Amino acid sequence: MSDIKTSVNLCGVELKNPVMVASGTFGSGQEYSEFVDLNRLGAVVTKGVANIPWQGNPTPRVAEVYGGMLNAVGLQNPGIDVFCKRDIPFLQDYDTKIIVNVCGKSTSDYLEVVERLADEPVDMLEINISCPNVKEGGIAFGQDPKLVEQITSDIKKIAKQPVIMKLSPNVTDITEMARAAEAGGADCLSLINTLTGMKIDIDRRTFVLANKTGGMSGPAIHPIAVRMVYQTAQAVKVPLIGMGGIATAEDAIEMILAGATAVSVGTANFVDPCTTIKVVEGIESYMRKYGVKDIKELVGAVHER
Amino acid sequence: LRQPNLQGDINMATKFEEMAVVVSQKEIATDIFDLTIQTKDIAKAAKAGQFISLYCNDGTKLLPRPISLCGIDREAGTLRLVYRVTGENTGTKEFSKMVAGDQVRVLGPLGNGFTLGDKKAFCIGGGIGIPPMLQLAKELNCEKTAVLGYRNELFLLDDFENVCDTIIATEDGSAGTKGNVIDAIKANGANADVIYACGPTPMLRALKAYAEENHMECYVSMEEHMACGIGACLACVCKTKEKDHHTNVNNTRICKEGPVFNAKEVEL
Repeated sequence: MSDIKTSVNLCGVELKNPVMVASGTFGSGQEYSEFVDLNRLGAVVTKGVANIPWQGNPTPRVAEVYGGMLNAVGLQNPGIDVFCKRDIPFLQDYDTKIIVNVCGKSTSDYLEVVERLADEPVDMLEINISCPNVKEGGIAFGQDPKLVEQITSDIKKIAKQPVIMKLSPNVTDITEMARAAEAGGADCLSLINTLTGMKIDIDRRTFVLANKTGGMSGPAIHPIAVRMVYQTAQAVKVPLIGMGGIATAEDAIEMILAGATAVSVGTANFVDPCTTIKVVEGIESYMRKYGVKDIKELVGAVHER
Repeated sequence: LRQPNLQGDINMATKFEEMAVVVSQKEIATDIFDLTIQTKDIAKAAKAGQFISLYCNDGTKLLPRPISLCGIDREAGTLRLVYRVTGENTGTKEFSKMVAGDQVRVLGPLGNGFTLGDKKAFCIGGGIGIPPMLQLAKELNCEKTAVLGYRNELFLLDDFENVCDTIIATEDGSAGTKGNVIDAIKANGANADVIYACGPTPMLRALKAYAEENHMECYVSMEEHMACGIGACLACVCKTKEKDHHTNVNNTRICKEGPVFNAKEVEL
């Protein structure tokens, strides 16, 4: 272990390694703690939490597609009160960083959660302005650069922890949103959220998802995510957390080479509950194989042929 | 610092991920397959009414397929799975091609099973909801009647008849009572104090109403599209009468708190 340095610094927060989980795929870690030693993860990013409990969308909420899946869970969550009482204390018992994903339907919803978390033992906040499955808030904030900048600066005014803005790929130019978030004072950006998709049941001639559309994730979207992380890395100075279809250490390293300081494993957790640990170990093997002493050497290290 | 309580320790862990080996497989009715797999720990820990997640070898099919347990042999460490192939190019189609010696990745046992009581029981299965009732019927140590509802083609009937009194209904009347499981109960003048049931939602809904009218307890095994299978993703929820302790809203996780629920507690 000592021969290589896998720790990364994400706007002042030191992670033991760059591997975290994508919000919504890992709950608050409890269910996966039976398979994964959470102490070995760089950070746990919780499922989105709002100021009040959300019921979420009707079922079916998920559908499998070629090389991926669609989800329209609709950000069901127990609300910030239960979350602070139950989920944060659970994660505090582990030696991993805690990143809370915050969702809302209006600016004041987001601000209420951010304010409530100010005195909690949370390391960073990730603001979800990119969920394609809720009608109000969510993605509505993430597709207009003016709104991205505004909500980022509103949150930054009251946040006590570093703020990560999570970007949507469902835009013409993701770098425009990235620059807007940076202008609003974002400390870090995470990308990509899911791509809006649809699946039709040809036997019943109806939509598979009750919500008709859902967010696509999984290995099939990985090249899109790598491209967007690369473009965004050229456009902003703040660090990036790369995600989108990471299922192996090789996928994670691609993302780091494209410009991500840290990476999140999402849908792959459903495919193999131990994926995160395999990615951690695979990154170490890659570093040894190529004599990489410090993982920082790899961040954005893709170059012209 | 909390130390991990990881799979592998049979005394601590409740779920295991492992490569199981196919012992045998045969088609017992059109598109209905009877598969026995050898597991290391899963069968030892399994209860009637629980399910397992089966993963495809085809990497483009990401999500595990939840399949109920038709039989559990804890001594031999084997599980019997009776499942339906849902179409061409599906995960279940891939499973149906497995032969003795093939390996398949499995996660389980998952969910909570049936709570075994001693009241006179109906074990009611409809269609592909029939298989999990067999292990339950075997384990119930009380007066019991199996009530099986088929479309037309029968399967597992001998297995049930070896375990308990069995009555059947078929949609086309080709065997047993013409109609549904409630029609079969009435036609046979059968009675019980508790219902255990698995099958299509309309059947479960009808049984919930039937149980209320007849002052019976009723436990139903539910089904929904799943992703993680362990309670993290909140895909497979069903609506509940009361606020759920975990979700803090009026729905509950089928894969974690279920798949078996008291019918009074869920909306069907």
